[in-house]
Amino acid sequence: MQSVKLTASVLAIAAVSASAAAARDNVQVAGSSTVLPYASIVAEAFGENFDFPTPVVESGGSSAGLKRFCEGVGETTIDIANASRAIREKEVKACADAGVTDIIEVRIGYDGIVFASQKDGPAFTAFEPADWFNAIGAKVLVDGELVDNSYATWAEFNADLPEVEIATFIPGTKHGTREVFEEKVLLQGCEDTGAMEAMIDSGMSEDDAEDACMAVRTDGKSVDIDGDYTETLARIDSNANGVGVFGLAFYENNTDTLKVATMSGVEPTTESIAEGEYPVSRPLFFYIKKAHIGVIPGLKEYAEFFVSDEIAGPDGPLANYGLVSDPELADTQNMVSEEETMGSNM
Amino acid sequence: MTDATFSGDAPKASGLLEADARTRRRNASERRFRMYGLAAIGAGMFFLVVLLTAIVSNGIGAFQQTFIEVPVYLDPAKLDKNGGRDPAQLAKVSTFGYTPLIQTGLYQQVRDAGIETGYEDARDMKALISASAAAQVRDFAIANPDRIGDTVTFRILASSRVDGYLKGRVSRDSIAQDKNIDAGHLELVDALREDGALRKRFNWDFILGADASESRAEQAGLGVSMLGSLFMMLVVLFLALPIGVATSIYLEEFAPTNWMTDFIEVNISNLAAVPSIVFGILGLAVFIQFIHLPQSAPIVGGLTLTLMTLPTIVISTRAALKAVPPSIRDAALGVGASKMQSVFHHVLPLAMPGILTGTIIGLAQALGETAPLLLIGMVGYIATNYPDGVISGFLSPNSAMPAQIYEWAKRADPAYYERAWGGIIVLLVFLLIMNVIAVILRRKFERRW
Repeated sequence: MQSVKLTASVLAIAAVSASAAAARDNVQVAGSSTVLPYASIVAEAFGENFDFPTPVVESGGSSAGLKRFCEGVGETTIDIANASRAIREKEVKACADAGVTDIIEVRIGYDGIVFASQKDGPAFTAFEPADWFNAIGAKVLVDGELVDNSYATWAEFNADLPEVEIATFIPGTKHGTREVFEEKVLLQGCEDTGAMEAMIDSGMSEDDAEDACMAVRTDGKSVDIDGDYTETLARIDSNANGVGVFGLAFYENNTDTLKVATMSGVEPTTESIAEGEYPVSRPLFFYIKKAHIGVIPGLKEYAEFFVSDEIAGPDGPLANYGLVSDPELADTQNMVSEEETMGSNM
Repeated sequence: MTDATFSGDAPKASGLLEADARTRRRNASERRFRMYGLAAIGAGMFFLVVLLTAIVSNGIGAFQQTFIEVPVYLDPAKLDKNGGRDPAQLAKVSTFGYTPLIQTGLYQQVRDAGIETGYEDARDMKALISASAAAQVRDFAIANPDRIGDTVTFRILASSRVDGYLKGRVSRDSIAQDKNIDAGHLELVDALREDGALRKRFNWDFILGADASESRAEQAGLGVSMLGSLFMMLVVLFLALPIGVATSIYLEEFAPTNWMTDFIEVNISNLAAVPSIVFGILGLAVFIQFIHLPQSAPIVGGLTLTLMTLPTIVISTRAALKAVPPSIRDAALGVGASKMQSVFHHVLPLAMPGILTGTIIGLAQALGETAPLLLIGMVGYIATNYPDGVISGFLSPNSAMPAQIYEWAKRADPAYYERAWGGIIVLLVFLLIMNVIAVILRRKFERRW
C-alpha cells in the first residue's frame, strides 16, 4: 500500500511540475569555455545588483553553444550563446532554418593567446610563428624541399631555442582557440618560412596550400588537448620540456607555475593586445536571441550590464581578470540598447 | 618415539610429527596463498590511506577562510544623495559604488593602527579585499537604511591570494609575476594579522553557500549544489523505490516462468552494466528535447539518475525476496491468506532490510554520479540561487555536488583546486553516512533462519 501512496505523490509532483515548467525567470547562457569566466563574473554581479535571479552559464565550447542556440525559439532553448569566434554563415543558416532569425551580435572585448612553459623548465622565452610551424607543421621546408616534419628538438631549426625535445600541447579542434592558433601562428609561420610559396609552386591551389599549412604533425610531438586549460597545465607540470597554449587570463592566474614567451618579440599583456602589437589575439562574442527579449525577464538588462563601462571597461572586473577591453565599447553599448540585429547593419 | 626410529632407514617418513615432502609443498603453497591475500589487502589499504591523506591534506584548507574586520563608513553623500533613506532609491547605487567605501575603510584602519606601508591610495587596498564585500555591505545598507551615516564594522572575506598566503599556497616568490597583488600587500597582511584584524576562521559558507564566479574563489560554497543533489535524490527515491520494488515483487512472486520473463531478467542485469553517460544522452533526448522539461533542472537530473538506479534496486530487492524462506509463504497460504496477502503481510516486511540497504546503496551511487549530468546542462556556473521553495527546487536550474566539484577543478584560480578537494571531503562524508545507515538498518532488522 505504501508504494501506491508513493506513486500517487510522484504523480502529483509531476503534475505540478508540468504546469510550473511554463515559466522560466532566469537567463540561460551556454557556449565557449573561454568566455565562461567572464560571463560568470558578469552574471554574479548582475544577480547582486538587480532583482532578477542570477543567470545560468554553462560551458561546452563555442560550437556546441551555437548549436544549442540554433535549436529554435522558446523557453526550453537558451537565450545567449557565448563564442570565442564569430558565428559562421553555416550556423546563421541553421539558426534561420529553426526559426531563429533575429540575432544580436555583441563583441565584449579581446583575448590573448599565450605560449607558456614550466617556470623552472628550459628557457623558452621568445617564439616566432615560424618556430611553431617548424616544430609542429605536418610538412616543412628543409633546404628548399618540402618534406615530412622530422625535427626532434627546437634547436634543430632555431639555435636560439633550447635543445630539448619538442612537446607541445595545443587546443583540440572543438575549441575556438585552435582556429585562431592555426590562422595567426601556423599559417603565418608557413608564409614566413616560405613553405607556402613552395606548396603553391608545386602546383597546389591557394586554398589547398593554406589547409596544408595548418595541418599538424601526427607523430605525437604535438598533443591536442580537448579539455580545459587546467588539463594543459597538468601536462606541462609533468613534462619539463612541454610548451602549452593558454588564454592570457588563465596564465595571469597561474604565474606561480608558468612562464610566458614573447611572440614576434612582443610580450603578451592586456596593453600590448589592446594596442594590437601582440599578434595572437581574437575577439570574444556573445549572441542574443532577439525574440527572447521581453519574454525572458532580465535578458536585455543582462546584455546591457555586460557591456557597460563599469563591467567591460578598462578598469572593470573583466579587464582585471584578463579581458582586453574593446576600444569601441561605446558603439557596442548603443547597438545593444537599440537591439540591432546582425542583418540590419551588415 | 626415539631418534633411532627415524634416523637410519626411513627417509620417506610420513608420520604425524614430520611432514613428508608433498605435504610440506602443499603447506608452503597455502602459506604463499595467504601471503598473497595479505599483500593484496595491504596494497588496498595502502592506496586507501594514500587517497585519504591526499584528500584530507589538500582539502582541509577549504573549511577555513581568511576574514578581515573592517570599519566601513556608510557615507550618505555617496549612498543616498536624496536623503530619503528609501530602499528603492538606495538600490540604485550598485556594488561599484560601495567598493571605494570599503577600500577607504581598510586604508583608514591600516593608518590608524600605525602600520607603515608604501601605499598612498585607498585603491591599493583592492588586492586584499574580496569582490564579494561590496555586495555584503550593499545588502546591509539596503536592509538597514537607518544605519547609513554610521561607521559599521563588517567581517568581510579577504581575497583568494591573501587567503592562499595564510594557507601557504601563495608566497613572495610565487606572486613575482602576479599583477593583482605584490609583496608589499603581503607585508601589510602580516601586520594586519598581528593587529588581529585579519585571521582565519571556520567557514560555514563553504558548506552552506552558493557557487561564485571565477574571480571570487574565496566566496564559493557547496550549499546550493547540495540542495540540487537533495532534490535529485528525492526524485530518485520516490520513483526508483516503488517502481523497483513493484517490478521485483512481480518478477519474483507472481510472474510465470517463460521466455518473456527470462528476457526481462537478462535485460535488467544488462542495464545495471550500462555506462552512466549513456543514461545522460537518453535523459537529454527524452526529458529535455522530447518532453520539454527545463534544462539544468534537478527534476531532469533525478529522472535520469532514476533510470540508472532502477536496475540496482531491482537486483537487490529480488535477492532480498529470494532470501525469505518458502516456508513463510507456505504457512501464510496454508492458513488461508491470498497470494497478495502472503506477500504484503509476510514476505515484504521480512525482506525490508535488504530492500532498504539496496536502495541506500543505489542512492549513494546516484549521489556521486557526474557523467549523466554533463549532458543535461548541470555543469557550469549554475548553483547560484537558493531555490524559493519545493517546486522551484525541482525546476529551477541547479547543479549537484559531484558536478560542482568537477566544475571547480576546471577553473583557473588555484584557490578553486583546494575547494574541489574540500568538496570531495563533504561528498565522502555524505556517502559514509548513507553507508552507515545501510549497515545499521541491516544489523537492526536482519533475521536469519
